[in-house]
Amino acid sequence: MGLLVNEPNAVKAIKADVKNFNFYYGQKQAVKDVNFSVYQNKVTALIGPSGCGKSTLLRSLNRIHDLYKGFKTEGEVILHPEQINILDKSIDPTFVRMRVGMVFQKPNPFPKSIYENVVYGLKIRGLKKRALLEQKCEESLKAAGLWDEVKDRLDQLATGLSGGQQQRLCIARALAVEPDLLLLDEPTSALDPISTSVIEDLVIELKNKVTILIVTHNLQQAARCSDFTAFMYLGELIEFGETNKLFTKPQNVKTENYITGRFG
Amino acid sequence: MANGNSSIISGYDEKRLAHVKRRESWVAFILFLASLSTLLTVFSIIVILVTESLPFFKTVSIIDFLTQKEWTPLFDQAQYGILPLISGTLTTTWVAMLIALPSGIIIAAYLSEFIRPSLREIIKPLLEIFAAIPTVVYGYFALLFVTPVLQKFFPELPGFNMFSAGIVMGFMIIPYVSSLVEDAMRSVSKEVREASFALGASKLETTFKVVLPAASSGIIAALILSISRALGETMIVAIAAGMQPQIAFSPFQAAQTLTAFIVQVSLGDAPHGSIGYQSIYVAGLTLFCMTLILNLIGFYFRKQAQSK
Repeated sequence: MGLLVNEPNAVKAIKADVKNFNFYYGQKQAVKDVNFSVYQNKVTALIGPSGCGKSTLLRSLNRIHDLYKGFKTEGEVILHPEQINILDKSIDPTFVRMRVGMVFQKPNPFPKSIYENVVYGLKIRGLKKRALLEQKCEESLKAAGLWDEVKDRLDQLATGLSGGQQQRLCIARALAVEPDLLLLDEPTSALDPISTSVIEDLVIELKNKVTILIVTHNLQQAARCSDFTAFMYLGELIEFGETNKLFTKPQNVKTENYITGRFG
Repeated sequence: MANGNSSIISGYDEKRLAHVKRRESWVAFILFLASLSTLLTVFSIIVILVTESLPFFKTVSIIDFLTQKEWTPLFDQAQYGILPLISGTLTTTWVAMLIALPSGIIIAAYLSEFIRPSLREIIKPLLEIFAAIPTVVYGYFALLFVTPVLQKFFPELPGFNMFSAGIVMGFMIIPYVSSLVEDAMRSVSKEVREASFALGASKLETTFKVVLPAASSGIIAALILSISRALGETMIVAIAAGMQPQIAFSPFQAAQTLTAFIVQVSLGDAPHGSIGYQSIYVAGLTLFCMTLILNLIGFYFRKQAQSK
């Protein structure tokens, strides 16, 4: 029994399974045969040096690559509980993106009001009732820890907010549509240290609502806010495991070298 | 010796630096002259328009000029109310904008967001050919082709009318609108588009709900520039819209625009210094004021868009 407590992943539900995932830009293979699971209501961090394929993998999970040409994916990413393969070309990318939200490296609010930014995804989904939209807007902004700062100026342009506020707005915008899985692509790389720590606290808090997969360059960030960590190097998944184990007792010498700062 | 070597390595050489500085200041001066020449041109045009118009206003009061409803400066019983020419100019312009703005924006959206890059390479030069056709050709196209076609639908339409002139002018302006709007749309960042797609928006939704609004300052610039273009267009309206100065706000009438009047007088033999001769400058000054006001409005909107 005691063993079961130490192995929480044995009893945790799985939100998504990445199986034999390969990714090619033209002839160049960027991600090689990656397998891991994303656990529900947990934060999973993808770490690794630049160009290791972690962002490419993340962006595949909501089919953003489909906007561009010259790529190919192999393998499966199964989203539970629907059991759909996200990568399946016969599945409309819009359908995937309706379930899998994404926050990008650089804050990218629309040049619209704060309110319009938050409810954009809801309007796309056909919601029209003003009262409901306003309620959702408030909930999402509260969840993103931005409500108190912007509640008196919801009609002002979002581009007038500070970088950290903009990024939290982008998180609120993604949360408003209640995604199953939220992808964060280096969400603090363009932010100052204070905004960064606000967003890290937010990530930890949000996992009660949504499953999070976060790409980060910042090892402390991965250690602070994730439950599981995947270390990628040159397109391969080197090690995957619970964050505290991976950082304290890495099994692979490459992982150890990376987290102790010997390369990367 | 050691000192000399280190100065070469660090690139610090007083003579060379002085030379570079002299050259820079010369180039800066030449660039200044180049930009000054455009300023001088504009300034001298304004000065000539104003000084040549002043004698006109010694004969005609400004109030009569702005309020009287007839414009017959070349008749014995001359009337000098500018309103008929302004009404003709505004009417042909709004007809043209009604055609050019929606189609220009739709074409721009297609070129910027939907078209295959290989096809864009073919379509864009074709569109630019539109702008390369001499306006006199457009004028006869309006008079001899568009008007007869329109008369099949509107039998009462006179042979000279502002409707067909405005429509053809609109088609001529489409490439201006589409290329300005397309530039503005393409300069919208990839990140903003990705944000919209990531929220589950379709291409159409992204284009019309995010990219177009984000390009609104470019669209306003396109609107202002193309209105100025339509106000100043001469040959099409001179040929196809008729030469009757009358207050007309329905495009199904013949009328004269400010520009067409200038053509009419310039082609005739109004003696230098006569009131007919001066009236060209007055019409020109009026047109200039209209486009100036428009550009100031455009400037204001651009500033607004930038401050946001």
